[in-house]
Amino acid sequence: MSHSADQITAPRPSQTAAAPAPVKSQKRQGRRWLTITLFLLPALVLFGVLVLLPMLLAMYTSFFDWNGLGGRPTDFIGLENFQRLLTDDIFLGDLKRGGLLIVLSLLIQLPLSLGIAMLLNQKLRGRGFYRLLFFVPYVLSEVITGVLFTMVFSPNRGLAEHIFGWFGFDDVGSTWLSDPNTVMYSLFFVMTWKYFGFHMILYLAGRQSIPNELIEAAQVDGAGSWQAFRHVTLPLLGPTIRISIFLAVIGTIQLFDLVWVLTGGGPLHASETLAVTMFNDGFRRSDIGYASATSIVMLLISLVFALGYQRFIMRRDIEGAITVMQDKK
Amino acid sequence: MSEGVGAAAPGLSDASTKSRAARGKASPKGAARPSKPGNTARVRSLVLHALVLVIAAIIIVPIAFGVLGGFKDNGQLSNNPFGLPSPWVTSNYTDILVAEEFWRPLFNSTLIAVATTVVVVGVSAAAAYIFARFAFRGREFIFTLFAVGLMFPFAVAILPLFILLRTLGLLNNPLGVILPQAAFGLPVTIIILRSFFRTIPAEVEEAATLDGCTPFGFFWRVLLPMARPALATVSVLAIVASWNNFMLPLVVFNDPSWWTVPIGVRQFQGQYSDDTAKVLAYVVLAMVPALGFYAIAERQLIGGLATGATKG
Repeated sequence: MSHSADQITAPRPSQTAAAPAPVKSQKRQGRRWLTITLFLLPALVLFGVLVLLPMLLAMYTSFFDWNGLGGRPTDFIGLENFQRLLTDDIFLGDLKRGGLLIVLSLLIQLPLSLGIAMLLNQKLRGRGFYRLLFFVPYVLSEVITGVLFTMVFSPNRGLAEHIFGWFGFDDVGSTWLSDPNTVMYSLFFVMTWKYFGFHMILYLAGRQSIPNELIEAAQVDGAGSWQAFRHVTLPLLGPTIRISIFLAVIGTIQLFDLVWVLTGGGPLHASETLAVTMFNDGFRRSDIGYASATSIVMLLISLVFALGYQRFIMRRDIEGAITVMQDKK
Repeated sequence: MSEGVGAAAPGLSDASTKSRAARGKASPKGAARPSKPGNTARVRSLVLHALVLVIAAIIIVPIAFGVLGGFKDNGQLSNNPFGLPSPWVTSNYTDILVAEEFWRPLFNSTLIAVATTVVVVGVSAAAAYIFARFAFRGREFIFTLFAVGLMFPFAVAILPLFILLRTLGLLNNPLGVILPQAAFGLPVTIIILRSFFRTIPAEVEEAATLDGCTPFGFFWRVLLPMARPALATVSVLAIVASWNNFMLPLVVFNDPSWWTVPIGVRQFQGQYSDDTAKVLAYVVLAMVPALGFYAIAERQLIGGLATGATKG
């Protein structure tokens, strides 16, 4: 507005632009559309061919009985794949196990992450180091984490067995991943180890955007640390918490890598997730139509959850959350 | 001061409240901050430190188990799981460091991560420029299409993608991983870049146009240089996502000469399943690049994840 450069250069083009208005503006309009098209086209093509098209193909294939050979699916069977899902114990088990992981995440993993974030928000020697350290598991890939923990949990040379031996649980120590009754909890432990740092970072960012004066004011008014947290910090962290819940749920619905490496879904499907079932059916058994139906259910669950969550829970604070996050650092 | 102490006390544990009166001598620091009297602060800080150390131990112990385990042989792993190796066996690490099955995946992962990042950032920047700076009919619809893409689970696309890549002859071809990765990276990259491009004042663009800049010239010579921090953020996110990707290279690369680090780790584990020490050494060495990258790009990574999460 007040830049001198603007004022110096301003008169020149306004003279030339004013005179031949109709022809020039039409030409300019054409140039504008050319620019828009050229800049947008690569993204549209890439996204259309490699994201949207596969999604549509998955939907299409889910109505066929197809082994993946011979060009295109031809054996149209309507909704039969989906009917089969409804009586498939593995699929129904996937839903149950996914639900269990989500509940455990919401009840244990996220509160834990929040607690640790609040802990690292205190004046504490070396807290910068701890923040860096606690985020390290998130930086390691799922595969590396998974392989490391198969070793930690391994029956003979593993670590978990010895640690639990100290406490006198010799018998459970060796079967963390091979006992259908414990495998989900072992998996959840590894998930928490890997992902709590991510949620911690979100909460720390959210906490740093809350002015300390608000919390100090509450304490001057007689609130204890817990009360100040409960009635000031927690409500103001609302948007961050809602986002973190959203990401935890979506991530759990799509969980694949960690399970694949840690247990392969076993023993006896006891730790299988939707994605693992889909992968097994599709790539191991070449039951492409059926696997596609599983994946479509996963897509629907994700979309319904995402849209419902944003419509009813996140809508009111999306704007606020974004500005809050941008202010940090 | 005593008022301040009383106000802060109810939130602290009973034990510390009791002893507060007895040992009320506050350190100079404590006196400066009335809400934290010396003694309760010390108990509190002890408890906090203990908690943090326990968590740190839970993080470090499995990793240390891997690092030290790599220096043991399998007999030591069974008999001496916690102690330091004795003797230190270096052959696990040195064997891997001269093996092609370690360096080859490292090279492949680097190549694929860099190529993916160049494609996704370049293509997204162009699209984000249009979304941020041009008003036209249908813009919001197209943008929403990309934004909804954030919610597409990659697993849903994997089967059709595999068949598509097979048809196009892109199996066992790095492009078969690079292009789909770039495509699935578009939504988050476009969203972050668009919101950054929007913050650049319209006056800058006007000035550039008046100086004779074409839209492309403005994009290339003004907008992109100004957007360096945002470009760094999205690049770091793209590199990490590509580096860690498992499912796509798993189905695309049959040929060991194209395996990436995650596939290499997985295969190595299968191949040496009865040689735990060797597998641990491989896993530990495979961690090093990711940790090194984290050390360099920690700010972009953490900042990017926080913004990426909230925009999505």
